[in-house]
Amino acid sequence: MLYDVSLTITHGYAVPAESARTVAHLMPLSRPGEQMLITGMIQADPWPDERLDRFDFFGNAVTEFAWRNPVEALTLTLQARVERIAMPTTLDLSPPVEGLARELQSVASLNPGSPHHFRHGSPRVRLVPEMTAFARGCLWPGITAQQAVIAIGRALYAEMTFDAEATDVNTRPEDAFALRHGVCQDFTHIMIACLRGIGIPAAYASGFLRTLPPKGKERLAGADAMHAWVRAWVGVDGGWIEFDPTNDQLVGTDHIVVAYGRDYDDVAPDRGVLKTWGEQESTQAVDVIPVVPAAQPA
Amino acid sequence: MSEQAPLVTSRDAARSLIRAYAPRDGVADELVASDGRMRPGWDVFVNQLAALAPEQVAARFARGDLYLRDAGVYFRQYSADARAERDWPLSHIPVILHADEWQHISDGLIQRADLLERIAADLYGTQRLVADGHLPPEIVASSPEWLRPMVGVQPLSGHYLHFLAFEIARSPDGSWFVLGDRTQAPSGAGFALENRMATSRSFPDAFAKSNVSRLASFFRDFRDTLEGMREEAADLGIAPRDSRPAILTPGLSTDTYFEHTYIARYLGLMLLEGEDLTVRHGRVMVRTVDGLQPVSVLWRRLDANFADPLELDGNSRIGTSGLVSALRQGTVNMVNALGAGVLETRALMAFMPRIAQALTGAPLALPNIATWWCGQPTEQAHVLANAEKLMIGRAMSTALPFSGAADLALGGRFRGGAPDGGVSSWIENQAGALVGQEAVRLSTTPVWEDDRLVPRPMTVRVFAARTRSGWQIMPGGYARIGRGDASALAMQQGGQVADVWVVNDAPVPQDTLMARKGPYLREAPSVLPSRAADNLFWLGRYVERCENTIRLLRSWHLRMAEIGDPDAPQVALLKEHLEALGIDPARRVPQVLTDQIAAAESCAGKVRDRFSVDAWAALRDLARSAASLDGPAFAGDDTARAMGVLLHKITGFAGLVHENMYRFSGWRFLSFGRALERADNMAHLLSVFAAEEVPAGSYDILVELGDSVMTHRRRYRIDTTRETVVDLLALDGNNPRSILFQVNAMRDQADHFPHARIRGKVQPLGRELLRIETELTVDDPEEWPADRFIVLRGLLVTVAGHLATAYLG
Repeated sequence: MLYDVSLTITHGYAVPAESARTVAHLMPLSRPGEQMLITGMIQADPWPDERLDRFDFFGNAVTEFAWRNPVEALTLTLQARVERIAMPTTLDLSPPVEGLARELQSVASLNPGSPHHFRHGSPRVRLVPEMTAFARGCLWPGITAQQAVIAIGRALYAEMTFDAEATDVNTRPEDAFALRHGVCQDFTHIMIACLRGIGIPAAYASGFLRTLPPKGKERLAGADAMHAWVRAWVGVDGGWIEFDPTNDQLVGTDHIVVAYGRDYDDVAPDRGVLKTWGEQESTQAVDVIPVVPAAQPA
Repeated sequence: MSEQAPLVTSRDAARSLIRAYAPRDGVADELVASDGRMRPGWDVFVNQLAALAPEQVAARFARGDLYLRDAGVYFRQYSADARAERDWPLSHIPVILHADEWQHISDGLIQRADLLERIAADLYGTQRLVADGHLPPEIVASSPEWLRPMVGVQPLSGHYLHFLAFEIARSPDGSWFVLGDRTQAPSGAGFALENRMATSRSFPDAFAKSNVSRLASFFRDFRDTLEGMREEAADLGIAPRDSRPAILTPGLSTDTYFEHTYIARYLGLMLLEGEDLTVRHGRVMVRTVDGLQPVSVLWRRLDANFADPLELDGNSRIGTSGLVSALRQGTVNMVNALGAGVLETRALMAFMPRIAQALTGAPLALPNIATWWCGQPTEQAHVLANAEKLMIGRAMSTALPFSGAADLALGGRFRGGAPDGGVSSWIENQAGALVGQEAVRLSTTPVWEDDRLVPRPMTVRVFAARTRSGWQIMPGGYARIGRGDASALAMQQGGQVADVWVVNDAPVPQDTLMARKGPYLREAPSVLPSRAADNLFWLGRYVERCENTIRLLRSWHLRMAEIGDPDAPQVALLKEHLEALGIDPARRVPQVLTDQIAAAESCAGKVRDRFSVDAWAALRDLARSAASLDGPAFAGDDTARAMGVLLHKITGFAGLVHENMYRFSGWRFLSFGRALERADNMAHLLSVFAAEEVPAGSYDILVELGDSVMTHRRRYRIDTTRETVVDLLALDGNNPRSILFQVNAMRDQADHFPHARIRGKVQPLGRELLRIETELTVDDPEEWPADRFIVLRGLLVTVAGHLATAYLG
């Protein structure tokens, strides 16, 4: 599937923000066999005094911006064309959940793709007994790791209500879980906590959803802003699978991935440090439009 | 009475001192070896101590304590509610070790320091230790101190570690072992120096005769290391040659802040907080009164996670955003590298013996505390089976084995709140989150209690610095002495601290920090960070504000003593003015004054590295005196006299500052603040007490508040009139209390500030002051109605604004 992605993030500050500096995770990833970034451009307005493009530990594309003069409003835009290839996995090569620990021991690596990064608590995700207990309640004897990921994602979808008002970007997963309300970030953090709690390494994926569904399908929740879902490790042979708990589905060609990390902190679209004491207001606008191939010239 | 009792006659006394000393069974002791004989190195000290009568011992201890108090060394405790300060808990009896034994310890620690450097390079580099199976990936991946943004970042100096500390202890069998490594931002070296100063003042003769290794060269060599890094950075064009290395401190809120200021002063380093720094095009710059100045060496004393809110802990308010990016671009030396804290992880201890073998082909010369990580089945089984005998705690914790008791099981029982299901199921469930560690028995060392020596458990913190010739171990240390039994937990109770003497058979050379050979060089003045300038400016203002408050109170109480009638018009006017300032004279030391003193102290505390110890002590003395004078005020003489006492103290501080402080730019900001406040106070007083309709006697009050009674008498030879007081207190440039005098003083200081003129043009600050000066110079007293002083105060606010914009932001 070929998409044109556009994103606009704006921040407005009642009091001009001094020494603004930000680290942005906006550029879609290129991953062989899964997704290809054909072209992409990130811009900032006002024009930044400094800009540095690089990759972070997990291999995500990062852009650093800095502005020297006080900034009243800030706009970051992304335009990209992405080819999405991945299809949901149907084959289950994963071991039973209890067998995962042994397989983990055989992975002697700290590479960015190593599951060891995603096993324990991380800055935004604490493992708390309530969520672990919920996850355990979704299991049955002999359940494979992959089945467990899907079962837990599905159960969360059934349990939780999508609600943009109930939480904000700083809500703790355990609090959103107690409320049983939240947005994709909360769904994802909660599912990560559930999976890690029962020993399944789980990562945070951020990205985009296609804006309008294919004919005859419902519009996906979370398409009007950046989206988040879960990437889980289900064994040496099972590898990584991705599940979107907000939409109760395995991730396929409707999802475009921008970054993987341990939780939101690692992949926040723009993590900024601004010295300001006034109010600030932010907006996000996303468009993900399938590209209809032009007719081949004769 | 002479203390110089000849040593010969003290032999018997020494023998009985030792006989009365009863080390415990089953643990080693520092004074007495297992064969009952005194360990080498102690004899001179013990002989001398034995020769002293109890009151002489007390006097000598007091000498050391006095030093500490004068130096401002306090122990800060952070309890739930407030910050408490208590006397520095020095045990005046040093821990004495013979140089031969010390050499053995040093060799072991140098090997360990090298090993830690190699581990750091591996964890932030190729990660072979994990790939080759010497270290489980989980330990690294789940450590909050393994900083992913730092992976692959090469340190500019080529080294990750430059300054380390090791907590070591002696086993019952007499051998030494390592309890913990401090690689993040080790503290204690400065306190060790202060302990040395105090102890050697208590026992100067024993110190001199014991051939104790000196500490200064250790610090000197480390300073040379920092200077060397700065030189190399200068060669690369990163920072100018005259920039200075800096200590990066979390600030006043940390209990080791004193040490940061002390070391900064001792080694001539800048003392900076995260807020002082900003990153421009990948270079770390200091915000100074002279604009942004590059810095290339940061000796950090704050935990790495707080160093950069942009890439590390986003909640940090004490970091510098962009610092990690600067490190990634290789423009600044960080001592130690961000991320070095991962080496403090308890679980790593379990793998050190194996890693030593793998990386160096040799075993650890000095073992560390036996540790089993419960993330491995065999080790977990061992810990389960021996839970009764082990100390079980958080595997990923970086705390030393004896701290952080909330989550600790000892002897099969929980120290803090017990998790469900007892120790066994805890170990089973938590697995890799736990380690078992040997429940070590510490050695004991003598402390002086009830006129005799008694054994107390201890550990020693030893410091290592990277120098041109490799790792150097500070020949001494920071001993911590616990209470109670000899388990490591004894250290938690927060006992005492002591100096560590490394005693040589032959005399050691005298050594000071300054013993550096080379041509005479006047060093470039250090830059003044804007934050420091701001604090100095406000210190000047607050001290002056305190003085004004004290003078007002004194004046009111004097009037009450004289007139006795609070309703007398001029007394009522004074009362009204006090009330307008929020000052309640019913208290001897009103809250406003207490707050002003506290504000002054707080400002001074933030720039403590820029002060003489005496000035700091004078300010503390003022605060203490004010606190002790407080109580309900009896209007009149007594209280006026009490205010007089405070006035003397505050002028004492001002005197120390103005007489003794080097005229560097910091002093100028302080003086500027003082002059501005004084001008503003006087303008305020004139607008009230020299208004057109004021009660009789108001002018006299004014002249008294302006400390100009004698001058007035001499200059005018008539009673006070509105014209004479306005002339004297506002317009007379020769009266150090007048507004014009203060404005002149401000102009003089402002002329010396950086960029006071740009291409010959006076900048806004100077211009505003010039305008004010002109008004005060050309207009006669009649042209200065009370309202105009209110307008003048507004102009002074503009002056403060220009100052802030140009230099303090």
